[in-house]
Amino acid sequence: MSTPTVRLWHLYPREMNIYADRGNIAVLRGRLRRRGLDLELREGRPGEPAPGGGADLVYLGGGQDRDQLNVAADLIATKATDLHALLGGGAVGLFVCGGYQLAGHRYRTAAGATVEGLGVLDIETTAGADRLIGDIVLTSDLRPAPGRLVGYENHAGRTTLGGGAKALGRVVEGHGNNGRDRTEGAVANRTVGTYLHGPLLPKNPWLADLLLGWALEHRYGRSFDLEPLEDRLEQAAHSAAVARANRRR
Amino acid sequence: MRCVGRLAEMIAASAGALSRATGRGGGTSLPGMVLNRLDPGALRRLGGGLGGGAVYISATNGKTTTARLLSACLRADGRDVTANAAGANLASGVTAALLARKRSRRATGRARRRGRGRGHGETTGCGGIGVFEVDEAALSEIAGALQPRAVVLMNLFRDQLDRYGELEAITERWSDLARSHSLGPATTLVLNADDPALAHIGADLNVVLFGIDDPAVGRRELPHAADTVRCGSCGGPLSHDLVTVGHLGHWRCDGCGLRRPEPHISARRVRLDGLDHLELTIAGMNGPGGADLEVVAGLGGLHNAYNVTAAIATAAALDVPAEAIGEGIAGVQAAFGRAEQVSLDGRTLRLLLAKNPTGANENIRCLLAEPAPLNLLVVLNDRTADGRDPSWIWDVDYEPLWDRIGSVTLAGDRCWELALRFSYGGLDPARFQVRESLPDALDSAVAATPPGGVLYALPTYTALLDLRAELVRRGATHDFWQET
Ligand SMILES: [Zn+2]
Repeated sequence: MSTPTVRLWHLYPREMNIYADRGNIAVLRGRLRRRGLDLELREGRPGEPAPGGGADLVYLGGGQDRDQLNVAADLIATKATDLHALLGGGAVGLFVCGGYQLAGHRYRTAAGATVEGLGVLDIETTAGADRLIGDIVLTSDLRPAPGRLVGYENHAGRTTLGGGAKALGRVVEGHGNNGRDRTEGAVANRTVGTYLHGPLLPKNPWLADLLLGWALEHRYGRSFDLEPLEDRLEQAAHSAAVARANRRR
Repeated sequence: MRCVGRLAEMIAASAGALSRATGRGGGTSLPGMVLNRLDPGALRRLGGGLGGGAVYISATNGKTTTARLLSACLRADGRDVTANAAGANLASGVTAALLARKRSRRATGRARRRGRGRGHGETTGCGGIGVFEVDEAALSEIAGALQPRAVVLMNLFRDQLDRYGELEAITERWSDLARSHSLGPATTLVLNADDPALAHIGADLNVVLFGIDDPAVGRRELPHAADTVRCGSCGGPLSHDLVTVGHLGHWRCDGCGLRRPEPHISARRVRLDGLDHLELTIAGMNGPGGADLEVVAGLGGLHNAYNVTAAIATAAALDVPAEAIGEGIAGVQAAFGRAEQVSLDGRTLRLLLAKNPTGANENIRCLLAEPAPLNLLVVLNDRTADGRDPSWIWDVDYEPLWDRIGSVTLAGDRCWELALRFSYGGLDPARFQVRESLPDALDSAVAATPPGGVLYALPTYTALLDLRAELVRRGATHDFWQET
């Protein structure tokens, strides 16, 4: 049997990569390879539809404001139908920072313009007067307690959840979706959106494994027991992030 | 008002002296900060004493080195140069430098009246030219307060990620500055033709363009950490015939036809040789078709080829003769933390500041030309001056180092993030050591470097300060604020 492989569709890697999104991709690939599995990477460039044969995992990162506007228009014009079909059919989505905002219904800019989003997450975002910046710690129910996620946030958008999405986690330290309701990120089925970067996955390996497990299940139609890895460095970085946030409280 | 100004200057100067005496940092900007607070017109008033005008040098990378190079050219031409200290590049740092100049001139004047002869290093007349490295975000404010004779804009790269959006915002602010009347008809704008964000912002001003024209250096593909990759006019993707540093190079837009303008001053031939040597053939010094200038610099790497070319273009615009330019460039040594060399426990320590992806990539490119195996000490801090968000290390191309490595020690506030970066980048964790304390890290890195060997340190900005403080404590180097 050939090596089980996750097909990753990385959307706009050239335009949307401001917060070291390539770190998230490196972790997805690295954690598969450490288990003898593999990642097949397909770039989603402007103007292109979904790759033939489909994808098990879709990733969209954050970009500079102007790039993000260009990408939003292209996303709706060339990729929205494929993305709805993929994510509706059980593929995994990870949308980070600007990508998270674009996964929602719409984004209202500071100038009052409305940018239409994909609508794969039931969220809406409005630009705020200032940026919400700093270390952030969450607890998430995607995993038994403490289900902790650590990272860094830096966003002007204030995001609110609709009834069709639940929060990725509750904010222990930091601002989260909007700085008011203590929620952070959004989850619907296997689509996850979040403001956490730093990047997100290196210091939160359990989330990487959860997404990879779902993606393998999507591809092969059965559940995969991913063997635990020796995560000494990951745990040290994670604990250091928690300690840093505690010191600042 | 005159008395208030004098009093404010005295208070400001003693604040700086006190800061140095109590050992609380260099105190290089403090007098300027105090003076600007007490007397908001101080920068304009003190700067008015510069008969030769002020030159501002701004960039994400290279402003300190370029300011040193330009100052050296001007001094070789016998001019009286006032410069701010490395890194003291906000309005406060410029004011502090001008205040120090005024006070030292007054002191030498008094000494001369007492018959003790001419002061050391003093030159005649009330000429004096200011050469100031200026923070990208502070340029408009400073140019508004003191109109420059020349402004040198070298590059804009993605820097600290906390300052998100600044790349676009600073490009816009610089364009506004170029259009504003802060720059007059007497101002020369020295621009990098190879940076698409800057090449065309001079419009109707008096512009000198510089660039690199040697097809043998650089590559054809943009690195991962490329920033300005879209056309400033139509938004279409840019193509490149040559990529030098980051997104710099020979660029063009196939959509609207905008392209890199032909530089006036260009490095036609670039010979790179290690961390301390490069040679350039500079065309355009004597008009089109005129004789080339050959220069040798004690600096390494393609990024320094840009710094040297920018300094030469500016010096030429300020009418410095070619011989003085050659002499000035040749005499410059590495600035604070830029390939600086320190002896420690029988090893040679080289300090290579790496504060953003493009800078780190250039350092790595230089290291790849050094003899292997390489011994590395990488130090990542996340304080305000470094940027609180260390994500940028994932945009650095460390991977080509792996098969040339002898030893790697990782340290700093975010040493574990470096460990993840290196391990997910493909370096087996058995091949690096992580040390949370900097003194431990230095001990371990030195121990891993064979006696007589070279240890290359790649610190972020505050990590460089910490490392220097530790080296001073060990008697290996002098305090950095003794440098000018
Ligand atoms: Zn164009």
